[in-house]
Amino acid sequence: MEFEPVIGLEVHAQLLTDSKIFCGCSTKFGASPNSHTCQICLGMPGVLPVLNRKVVEYTIKMGLATHCRINEACNFARKNYFYPDLPKGYQISQYANPLAEHGYVDIELENGKKRIGVTRIHIEEDAGKLMHDEHHPFSYVDLNRTGVPLIEIVSEPDIRSAEEASAYLRRLHEILVYLEICDGNMEEGSFRCDANVSLRPKGQEAFGIRAELKNMNSFRNVQRALEYEIKRQQYVLEGGGVVVQETRLWDDTGGVTHSMRSKEEAHDYRYFPDPDLVWVAINEDWVEAIRKDQPELPLEKRERFVRDYLIPAYDAGVLTTSRALADYYEAVVHLTGKPKIAGNWIMGDILRFINEEKREIADCPITPQALAEMIRLIEEGTISGKIAKEVIEQMYKTGKPAATIIAKKGLVQITDEGALVQAITEVMAANPKQLEQYRSGKDKVFGFFVGQVMKATQGKANPQLLNDLLKKMLAR
Amino acid sequence: MELNQLTIHELQEKIRSGKTTATEIVQSVFRRIDAVEKAIHAYILLTREAALAEADRADEAIRKGDIRTLTGIPVALKDLLCTRGVTTTCASRILHDFVPPYDATVVEKLRDAGAVFTGKTNMDEFAMGSSTETSWFGITRNPWDLERIPGGSSGGSAAAVAADACIAAIGSDTGGSIRQPAALCGVVGMKPTYGRVSRYGLVAFASSLDQIGPFTKDVEDCAILMNVIAGYDPRESTSVPAEVPDYRQYLARGIDGWTVGIPKEYFIEGIDPEVMTAVRKAIAVVEGLGARCIEISLPHTAYCLAVYYIVAPAEASSNLARYDGAKYGFRAPDSRGLLDMYKKSRSAGFGAEVKRRIMLGTYVLSSGYYDAYYKKASQVRALIKRDFDEAFQRCDVILTPTTPTPAFRIGEKTDDPLHMYLSDIFTISTNLAGIPGISVPCGFTQGGLPIGVQFLTGHFEEAKLIQIAATYEKNANLEKRRPTL
Ligand SMILES: [Zn+2]
Repeated sequence: MEFEPVIGLEVHAQLLTDSKIFCGCSTKFGASPNSHTCQICLGMPGVLPVLNRKVVEYTIKMGLATHCRINEACNFARKNYFYPDLPKGYQISQYANPLAEHGYVDIELENGKKRIGVTRIHIEEDAGKLMHDEHHPFSYVDLNRTGVPLIEIVSEPDIRSAEEASAYLRRLHEILVYLEICDGNMEEGSFRCDANVSLRPKGQEAFGIRAELKNMNSFRNVQRALEYEIKRQQYVLEGGGVVVQETRLWDDTGGVTHSMRSKEEAHDYRYFPDPDLVWVAINEDWVEAIRKDQPELPLEKRERFVRDYLIPAYDAGVLTTSRALADYYEAVVHLTGKPKIAGNWIMGDILRFINEEKREIADCPITPQALAEMIRLIEEGTISGKIAKEVIEQMYKTGKPAATIIAKKGLVQITDEGALVQAITEVMAANPKQLEQYRSGKDKVFGFFVGQVMKATQGKANPQLLNDLLKKMLAR
Repeated sequence: MELNQLTIHELQEKIRSGKTTATEIVQSVFRRIDAVEKAIHAYILLTREAALAEADRADEAIRKGDIRTLTGIPVALKDLLCTRGVTTTCASRILHDFVPPYDATVVEKLRDAGAVFTGKTNMDEFAMGSSTETSWFGITRNPWDLERIPGGSSGGSAAAVAADACIAAIGSDTGGSIRQPAALCGVVGMKPTYGRVSRYGLVAFASSLDQIGPFTKDVEDCAILMNVIAGYDPRESTSVPAEVPDYRQYLARGIDGWTVGIPKEYFIEGIDPEVMTAVRKAIAVVEGLGARCIEISLPHTAYCLAVYYIVAPAEASSNLARYDGAKYGFRAPDSRGLLDMYKKSRSAGFGAEVKRRIMLGTYVLSSGYYDAYYKKASQVRALIKRDFDEAFQRCDVILTPTTPTPAFRIGEKTDDPLHMYLSDIFTISTNLAGIPGISVPCGFTQGGLPIGVQFLTGHFEEAKLIQIAATYEKNANLEKRRPTL
C-alpha cells in the first residue's frame, strides 16, 4: 500500500521587541542568568501583566504577510501546567480568540508553487530555561527568557513531504526576517518548530493517528526528523501495527525520534481566559497603517526582479535572500542601470567575500555606490573586466574606491593604439612559429596571441581594441 | 477618649491644631494593641518599630507644615497586600516567610499620603473563608464576643478597627470579605467597583472578583481613605481610568428624592430575625430621610453562590499554581525529585480550605468539564450583572442585609463548608457584577452583636454609597457602643 504523509507545523518565533511582553525587562539574549528579570516575569505574588503594544503590532505584521484575517478583538488565556521554567505555573497565551486566522503562504517547489494554509497566529510568552548540572543532582533555572514575546504560527495539515515542510519553514523564516520582527536565529531558539505527522493510505481522506515531533533546532533537522518519522510510521503500518498518538523527541546524534509522552500522559492545560488581561480591540485604522508600512516580501520581490530586471529566477532568489542584500542590489541597479552585470558582481564576488568572513551585507566595505562606480569604470573602458576582478578584491580589503586602487596600481586599461601596436609587434616578432600557424589557417592560435599581449601588458590591454588590432596585424 | 479611639478626621483635626502628635497617636494605638491583641489576635505581624520611626518622621513633617491626608494616622494592612521588606504571608504556611521586594500600589498610595502602618492583619488563608479560622497563624476573635468569629476573610482588619487597635484598616473583598466582617464587627467596610482601586500587589485569590477597600470607624473616614486609594493604575490592565471624585463632598448631601431598591430575593426565610428587624428599621430611617423604597427583583440571585464557587476556585487554582516550593516560601524539606517537591510542598504548605478550592477549581476547568461549569458560570454571571444593570434603571441604590446572621461561634461551621459559604450569600453577587457595596452598622442583637446593612449601586458610583451611608449613619440614632475587652 502506498502511504501519504500529512504534516502540520507549529512554528514559534521570538519577536524582536526591546522589552518583554508583560513587563519592562530587556529581551536581549546572552545576559548572565536571571539578570533580565523583575517581580512580574518572575511571577511573584500580587504582580500583574500589562501587554506590550509592540507585540500586537508585530503580530499584525505577520498576520498581514501571511494573508490572515486580523480579528477585531482578541484575548488571552492561561495555559496551566507545572514546570520550574514557568514561574507562574501557567503560560499566558491565546486560545479561543487568537489575533490572526485563516491565512496562507505560497511555497516554491521544483514543480511549481503550492499554497499552505495558516490556521492561526497567536501571541504567547516564552518560558525560561533549565540547565542541568552534570555532576550534581541539581538543575538551575534561568528566567531571562521568561516573558519574551513569541508568536505561534500554526499551519493547516497541508504539507505532504519533508521537502514541503522545509520549503514552508524557510518561507516563514524569510518573511519573519524580512519584516524585521524576528531575528530567525534557530540556534538561540528564536525560531523553533514542532511538527504533527501522520500517514494515510493514498486516496484516503481521513487522517491517520499523528505523532508530535519536538526538539528540531535547524532546517536540516526538521527535514531529517520528518523523513525518519515518515519511514518509522510507514514501517509500523506496513507491519500491521498502529501508530501511537504521542509526543516524540528528535535525537540529533542518533538520527531517530523517540517517545517522550503518550496521549494518556498528555497535560490537561485547563485553558481559561486570563482575568488579569482585558480584550484587545484591534483598530482597523491601525491595521491599515501597518499594512501601508509593510515592506515588499521576498516572493513578491523575486517575481518583480525577474520581471523588471530581466534576471534569471535563480539570480533573483539569491539576491533576495535578505532584505538588506536585495536593497543593496537594487541600489547598484539604480546607479548603473545594469541589472544583470550588477547581479553578477554581487553574486560572484561580494557574496563570496562576505560569506568567507561570515559578515553581513550591511558590514560590507564596498558600498553600493562604490560598486556602481567600479561597474561604470568597466563600462567606460577604463579597466577591463579581468582587471576589475583584482580591483574589487582590493576594494573589499581596503575599503578604498576603485579609482584610487586603479591609479595606485597603474591598472588603467591601455586604450592607446600606439602602445598596443608596439606590444603586438613585439609578441609577433617573438613567436614566428605561431604566426606561421595562424597565417596558414589555424584560427585557434589567435587566443594564444591575445594571451601573450595581455601578459605583456599585465592584462591592461583594452580587450576590444586588442582584438581589432590583433586581427588586422596578424592578417597582414 | 483615648487617641486610639478617635477617627481619622478627628485625629486630623488634633494634628492640624497641634493638640497631639503622630508619635502620641501611634503610641496610643500600640498601647491598645498590647492590651487586646492577646485576646483578639487581629494581627499576624506588628511593625511597631517601623511605625514609631515613621511617626517620628511624620512629626518632623508636621513641624515643617507638610501635613497630608493621612499624616500620622495608624493604618493596618491585611496580610495579602505586598509590603516592601515586610513579610506578606496571606496567612498561609506556604508564604510564611515571603518578603516582597515591592509595595502594592495601594500601600504606596497610603505611604505617600502619610499613613503609618501598624502591621499586617490576620485573614483566612489566601482570603478563602468567612471566619478567619483558616489562618495558618491561628484564629482572630470578635472583639464583641471572644467566643465568636470576626467574619472573614478580612477578619483581622475588621477586628482591629472594632477594637481600636488601629485607626483604620485595609482589606480585600472577593465575595464579601470586607463587608461581611465589617458587619459582624460593627464597623464600616466598602468594596469599591472592580477596577476602581488597583489590585497591583494584592496577592490574588480570584482575579476577576478581588477588590481592595477600607475598614473605618465611620463613613467619613471611608470617604477619606477612598480619596487616597482609588484611581487608575497603569500597572493593572483591568484598572479603569475613570474620574475619582472627592468623596468627602458627598457626606452631607442627603438622599431626599432618591429611590432605594429593596430586592425581594434578599429578604427571605432563614435570615436571623434580629438581623431582619434591624434592617427593616434601617429601611424606615432611609424612608424618613426622603427616599422612596421600592421592591425590586434580582431574578438570578439564587445562582450567585453556585456561580461564585465555580469562578472563584477556577481562578484560584491557577493563581495559586505559582506556590510550588521552587522559588520562595515553604518547600518541603524531605522531597525527592521535582514532582515529589511540588506535591509535598503544596500538601504541607496549603490548608484544607485552600486545597479544597484548588481541587474544585482544577475540576471545573478540566477538559470535558469546562463548558458545563466554567463557561456556563461565566454566562450566568453575565445575567447576574444584567439583573443589577436593570435594577439601577429603577433605583439609585439597593439596600440589603449584609449578612444573614450576626457573628457565629468559633468552630460552628468549620466542618460544614456549605453552611460557611452561605454566610456570604448577600455579598457575593456584588463581586460577580463588579459593582461597589458598603456595609454600615445598623444596630445590635439583644446579645450585643453588631448588625450591618448593605448599600449597593452602579459601577463607579461609590460617591452615592458614601452619600447614603453617611446620611443614614448620621440619622439612624444608633446607640454608641464600644466592645468591652
Ligand atoms: Zn520582567
